[in-house]
Amino acid sequence: MTGLTGTADVLIAGAGIVGAACAWELAKAHLRVAVVDQSFPASGATGAAMGHIVVMDDSEAQFALTRYSQTLWDELRDDLPANVEFDRCGTIWVATDEAELAEVRRKSAYYCERAVPTEILDSAALQNAEPSLLAPLAGGLLVPGDSVVYPAAAAAYFLERAAALGAKLHLGKRITKLGQGTTRLEDGTTLEAGKLINASGQLAAKLTPGIQVKPRKGHLVITDRYPGTVHHQLVELGYLKSAHSVATDSVAFNVQPRKTSQLLIGSSRQYGVEHDKVEPVILSRMLQRAFEYIPKLRALSAIRVWTGFRPATPDKLPLIGPCLEDPTLYLATGHEGLGITTSLATAKLMAAQILNSAPKIPMEPYLPSRQMVADVHA
Amino acid sequence: MQQTFEIVVIGGGPAGIAAAVAASQSSKRVAVLDDNPRVGGQIWRGGPGLAQPKAAARWFYQLETANVRVFNGARVIHADASARTLQAETTREIFPIGYQNLILATGARELFLPFPGWTLPNVMGAGGFQALVKSGLPIAGKRVVVAGTGPLLLAVAAYLCDHGANVARICEQASSSSLAAFALRMLAFPGKLREALSLRYKSRFAKYATQSWPVSAHGKISLESITISESGRLREIPCDYLACAFHLIPNTELPRMLGCHLNQEAFVETDELQQTLHQGIYCAGEPTGIGGVELSTIEGRIAGHAAANDKRAAAKLFPARARYRKLAAAMKQAFRLRPELATLAKPDTFLCRCEDVTLHQVRQHNSWKSAKLHTRCGMGPCQGRICGAAANFLFGWNIESARPPVFPARCESLAAISSLTSSLTTETEPPQFHGGFQ
Repeated sequence: MTGLTGTADVLIAGAGIVGAACAWELAKAHLRVAVVDQSFPASGATGAAMGHIVVMDDSEAQFALTRYSQTLWDELRDDLPANVEFDRCGTIWVATDEAELAEVRRKSAYYCERAVPTEILDSAALQNAEPSLLAPLAGGLLVPGDSVVYPAAAAAYFLERAAALGAKLHLGKRITKLGQGTTRLEDGTTLEAGKLINASGQLAAKLTPGIQVKPRKGHLVITDRYPGTVHHQLVELGYLKSAHSVATDSVAFNVQPRKTSQLLIGSSRQYGVEHDKVEPVILSRMLQRAFEYIPKLRALSAIRVWTGFRPATPDKLPLIGPCLEDPTLYLATGHEGLGITTSLATAKLMAAQILNSAPKIPMEPYLPSRQMVADVHA
Repeated sequence: MQQTFEIVVIGGGPAGIAAAVAASQSSKRVAVLDDNPRVGGQIWRGGPGLAQPKAAARWFYQLETANVRVFNGARVIHADASARTLQAETTREIFPIGYQNLILATGARELFLPFPGWTLPNVMGAGGFQALVKSGLPIAGKRVVVAGTGPLLLAVAAYLCDHGANVARICEQASSSSLAAFALRMLAFPGKLREALSLRYKSRFAKYATQSWPVSAHGKISLESITISESGRLREIPCDYLACAFHLIPNTELPRMLGCHLNQEAFVETDELQQTLHQGIYCAGEPTGIGGVELSTIEGRIAGHAAANDKRAAAKLFPARARYRKLAAAMKQAFRLRPELATLAKPDTFLCRCEDVTLHQVRQHNSWKSAKLHTRCGMGPCQGRICGAAANFLFGWNIESARPPVFPARCESLAAISSLTSSLTTETEPPQFHGGFQ
C-alpha cells in the first residue's frame, strides 16, 4: 500500500456509527485501522438517534445513498446480534389531506421507477394497518423495506468486528489536532497514520475548521412498554414541509415502535441551540403534533426525554471524501438525520476512495469539494 | 390560573412536614406536595390514622392545624428554577405551582445490593416490606430474616415481631466491635439508646448476629432459603421472606434538576440555614445527609423558618442539629458497608431488574453512561434509581444529571410542562448529558 505509513494506515476520529462502519470496512480491506473517540462508542448523535433505516427522496443523491445503504443493511441483517434489534417494520408516510395524498402518489411513482417496493394505503387500509392512528386520515404510503435498529448496539458491533480484524480502539481520548497525517491527543500522545478520517459528527468542524457542518438539535421521548400500539415507523408527509425548513425550529410527527414494545416519539429540529437541555416548549410542540396523529399517546407513560445534535450541512448531503487542503485528511460527517441509514454506504464510498477502487454509486454529490447550494424547502 | 405560594415544600415526610409547619408559623402561604396518597414519607407511611409513633402523631396534628395546603398524590415531574415554577402530576391532571421559596424534602430510598437470588419474589427492601405489611400482607407465623445494617434492622424486626412474624435472624453486617463503639457514643443520646433497647426487647426471640450478611437467596418460584455469611462461615437459613435494609440513597433527582450543587458524597450542599447554593431553594432531611427522623425534622424546621425569613427561630435549632449530626456521623462510621458486599453478585446476577441486565454485561463498561446506552441498564421505568445506586456502590460510577421527567409521567403531562415555563432554564445550571436513549 503506497502512501500509507505510520503506526496505522488509517486513523478514524469518532466512534459513532459512521466511524465504526468505516473502521470495519477498512479493516476488512486489511488496512491497519485506529479509532479514537473522546468518550465511548456511540456517545454522540448515534446514541441519541432513533435508528430508522429509511430510503429518502429529497434529492437523487440522497436517494442513491440511502437506497444503497439500505441494501447493505439488508445484506447484514442475518449477522447482526440480537441486541441490534433489527426490525424490518417498514415505514408508513401518513397523509392527512388531498395535497399530501398527491405527495403519496408522487413518492410512490418515484420509488416505483427506482425499484423500491411501496404500497399506497387508502384511508381504510391505513386504519387497518395502524388502528391507533386518528381516524379517518387520508391515507399513506407503506415502504415495507425500511427498518429500525438500535444504533448504539449497531455501532458497538461494527467496532467489535473491526477490532476482531485488528483495529485498535482508543476510547476516552480527546483529539486536540487532526491533520497532516498526525493526530495529537489531549494527553500529549501523538498518533501517526497515512490517512485520517474525521468522522466526529457535529464536532467535526472543531477538528477541521471551515467545513460546513452545524449541529441541529433534536428531542426524543421514549415510553414504557405498550405492545401492539404501533406497528410501523410512522412519519407525517408534512415532514418535508415542517422538518426540513432550514430557517426555523420545527417539529414533525415521527413515531417508532421498538422491539421492546416501547415507542419512540419524535421529532424536532433546531439550529443555533448550543445547550443540550430538554426544552419544554419544543418538547410540548413535538408531543402535541404526535397527539394529533395518535390521540392515545397522551395517556402513555414517558420514561425518558433526551436531546442530541445532528451534524447538518447546507445541502442536506453528507461530506464523504478528501479534504482538499490536506491530502492526508478525509471527511465522513454531515449525515444529519440519516447517519444510521447511510453509515454502511459511507464506509463503502470511503473505502473506495482510500483504496482507489470503483464505487458502486457515483460519489461526486458527497465530495467535500462540491459546490453546496442550500436546500430550502419552504 | 397558576397557584403560587410563598413557600412550597416538596415531600411530606418528617422533614417536609416540619418545614411546612415551621414556615406557616410566620403566616406565610405554604404548600406541601407529596407523591403518596397520604403524607408521612417512607418512615411514617400511611399517614395519620394508622398506628404511628408518638412523634409522628404530633407532627401530623400540627400539620393539620397549620395553615398549610397539602397536595396529596402530586408528583413533581419538572422544575424550572428561573421561572420559579414546578409541574406536578396527579392521576388526573398536571398543574403548575409557583413559589417564592422552595424547600426540597425529597427523602431517601433504599439501596438494593445485588446478590444471587436478590430478584426472587419475597426478597425485599425492608421499607417496602414494611409498607406491604402495613397495607395488609399477612405475616403471622412467617419466617423472616432481616438483613442489612444499622438501627433500622431492630426497628423492622420489632415491627415484624409485633405483627406475629417469626423473625428467624437479624443479620447485621457490621462487626461487634463497631457496634460496641457505637453503643458507647449512644450514651450521649439516652433517648435513642432506650428506644434501641426497647426495639431489641420486642424482637428478643430473634437471634441477632453481627458480621453477618446474605450471600445468596434460593427458591424455585419464590424465596425458600438464604445463605448467609456469618463471622466467616456460610450458613443456610430456611425462610419465607428476606427483608434487606442496607443504606439509604438520597433522592437528589429534583435538586439536581434545579441546579443544586452536590458535595463529594453526592448529598445536596447547604449552608447553615439549609439553603442550597441556589438562593431561595432550601433542602432538608436525608438529601443533605442520611441522619434519620429526628435530624430530618430539625433540618426541616430550620429550613421552614429560614425560608419564612425567621432566622432567629432557625438559629435556635442549630445546637440540636449539631447534636444529631454527631449521631449521624457516628452511625455512618459504625455501619459503613464492608467491601465484601460489593463482591456478592456473580457474573450472571441481574444488576438491572427492569431490563434484565447482568453484572457481566455492565462490567464491560467504564462509565454509567456507557453501560446504560449499550446494555439498557437503568433504562426501565425505575429510571435507574435501583441499579444506578447499585452500580455506584459496586463501581463508584457517578450518577448522571437529571432531566425531565423526574419520574415517568404521562405524555400529556410532559406536553403541558411548557404552558407556564415558556422561558428556557437558566444558564447557571450545570450542563446536562444528552446521551441517547438514556
